[in-house]
Amino acid sequence: MNRARPKVTFLVLFVLLAFALVAGVAIGPVSIPFRKSLLILTDKLPWLEISGLPSNFQAIVFQLRLPRVLTGLLVGSSLAISGTVMQGIFRNPLATPYILGVASGGSAGAATAVVFGFQSSYALPIGALIGAVTAVTLVYRISWSGGSSSSYTLILAGVALSSLFSAITTALIFVAGPYQQHRVLFWMMGGLWRSNWTLFKIILPIVTVGAGVICAWSRDLNALALGESAAAHLGVKPDTVKKTLLGIATAITAVSVSAAGSIGFVGLVIPHILRMIVGPDHRVLLPAAALGGGVFLVYTDVMAKTIMQPVEMPVGVITAFFGAPFFIYLLRKRIAGGKMR
Amino acid sequence: MKVKVDGLNFAYNGKDVLKDLDLSIRKGEFLGIVGPNGSGKTTLLKNMGGVLDPDDGLVFLGEEELSAMPIKKVATKVAALQQETTVGFDFTVREVIEMGRFPHLDRFERHTEGDERAVRRAIEVTDLEEFCDRPVNQLSGGEKQRVFLALALAQEPELLLLDEPTASLDINYQVRIMETVRDLKEEGLTVAAAIHDLNLAAQYTDRVALLSEGVIKVIGEPRDVLTGKNIADTFGVEVEVEDSESKGSIHIFPRNGNHEG
Repeated sequence: MNRARPKVTFLVLFVLLAFALVAGVAIGPVSIPFRKSLLILTDKLPWLEISGLPSNFQAIVFQLRLPRVLTGLLVGSSLAISGTVMQGIFRNPLATPYILGVASGGSAGAATAVVFGFQSSYALPIGALIGAVTAVTLVYRISWSGGSSSSYTLILAGVALSSLFSAITTALIFVAGPYQQHRVLFWMMGGLWRSNWTLFKIILPIVTVGAGVICAWSRDLNALALGESAAAHLGVKPDTVKKTLLGIATAITAVSVSAAGSIGFVGLVIPHILRMIVGPDHRVLLPAAALGGGVFLVYTDVMAKTIMQPVEMPVGVITAFFGAPFFIYLLRKRIAGGKMR
Repeated sequence: MKVKVDGLNFAYNGKDVLKDLDLSIRKGEFLGIVGPNGSGKTTLLKNMGGVLDPDDGLVFLGEEELSAMPIKKVATKVAALQQETTVGFDFTVREVIEMGRFPHLDRFERHTEGDERAVRRAIEVTDLEEFCDRPVNQLSGGEKQRVFLALALAQEPELLLLDEPTASLDINYQVRIMETVRDLKEEGLTVAAAIHDLNLAAQYTDRVALLSEGVIKVIGEPRDVLTGKNIADTFGVEVEVEDSESKGSIHIFPRNGNHEG
């Protein structure tokens, strides 16, 4: 098998990450030279003191761009990790973080908050979080009986609830006024423009703890690739693994969706790309996907900011624009290789 | 490891599958479990492996009672080979076999020299050296089944459960799997295998248990269990049994005209 060594992959990903950090704070409506951006960032390191940096640049970097870059990293990471978990548990390459209704629940929640006139800047994220959690809780309650649930039931319940919540969102948009419609649609497209330090500080612990617990269960996820019965003979409790990992993956997805809307294709495509590069072993794949997803979202966000200046595109458009063709390519390859499962 | 099943009851969707079943397997014995479809062979094996919990009754692995053991500890003593296993994603042969060490490792523990040794030996016994770096999904059915046997052996079990391990294999792979298992038995591994093919059961096992409608009708040496009368009573088919002393085994073949009237 042609696989990249994990060490090489992680080295490349960390270099891309470092470059993404600098590019993310340098590029925008006001251009800050890369060298200055780098100096402004390194100035914050406690053992360094660099003088003569323009204070307006410093303000742009620290108050606007850095929180946005870091939030993008977290959102991209949690979507990619969550997608990896969903694909691993359902043993289905087409599974996404939104398969259990998180995105459509989130949209319905955000739309509800807007239409019922909540004006606070946190109304949308909070509404989205409530909507996402409601949708997933319903999916679980419908499909879990007697401590276990088949994957098919979960996926079908997810599909059913997703269409129900999409219908609610559509109905809400239909009855809303033009300004409200605009707000809801804008939110649904997904984007990182609402990022700030407060939001970042809220999602940071949730995503890092969630991602950490998921990574700690990578061997269980590997065993589950053999099917539930074979995994059970290895000492894995399939229902416990499913409950724990689906629960955490959904939680970090819900948090990401409430922070940045339902950004598509990161959670589907990034796990695939990295599985092709490092192989399916989740001990390597999960951290690689986390890094890859985060870095990918930061770069696409930079493109979203610059591609149609001065207008900012929703980042979801950019991720899908690159994600969809790649996904079609994968699909064609699978059909051609007779490996469609 | 000797195994004792004591008054086992198991119902599936309200239907009694195993009814007050008793069974003893000696250490280092190869026990064949035969019986018609739906007689409860797979359910019995899953109860012995701790994958299903009995509604009533106890299973003893050695001196320990199974339901009192954590499932991970059970997996250090019992391994299983199913009729068919499908692998999601392109795991290599070695990666799959290494998963056999799962029950022996803590969440963050790395492979020790002992783990490596167990994996190496499992690969050797199943003769898979040249396949190690290939994705399991690219192998033939017979090769795949050897990989899953190696996975089970990497667990270093004391009891090996086989559920129709050769049902979909050609005769060459059937014989290889059965002979590997018999060799392991000679080294002290206890084996319980559900086997469809009565001739295969007769040839390789030490004792055969005839399972019908959730109870063991007869248990004993293949020669004494697989008689024309017993087979007619449980499978409802007339057979000839030929006892060929010279080959040390019996041969069973159906009589013509079983389904003419």
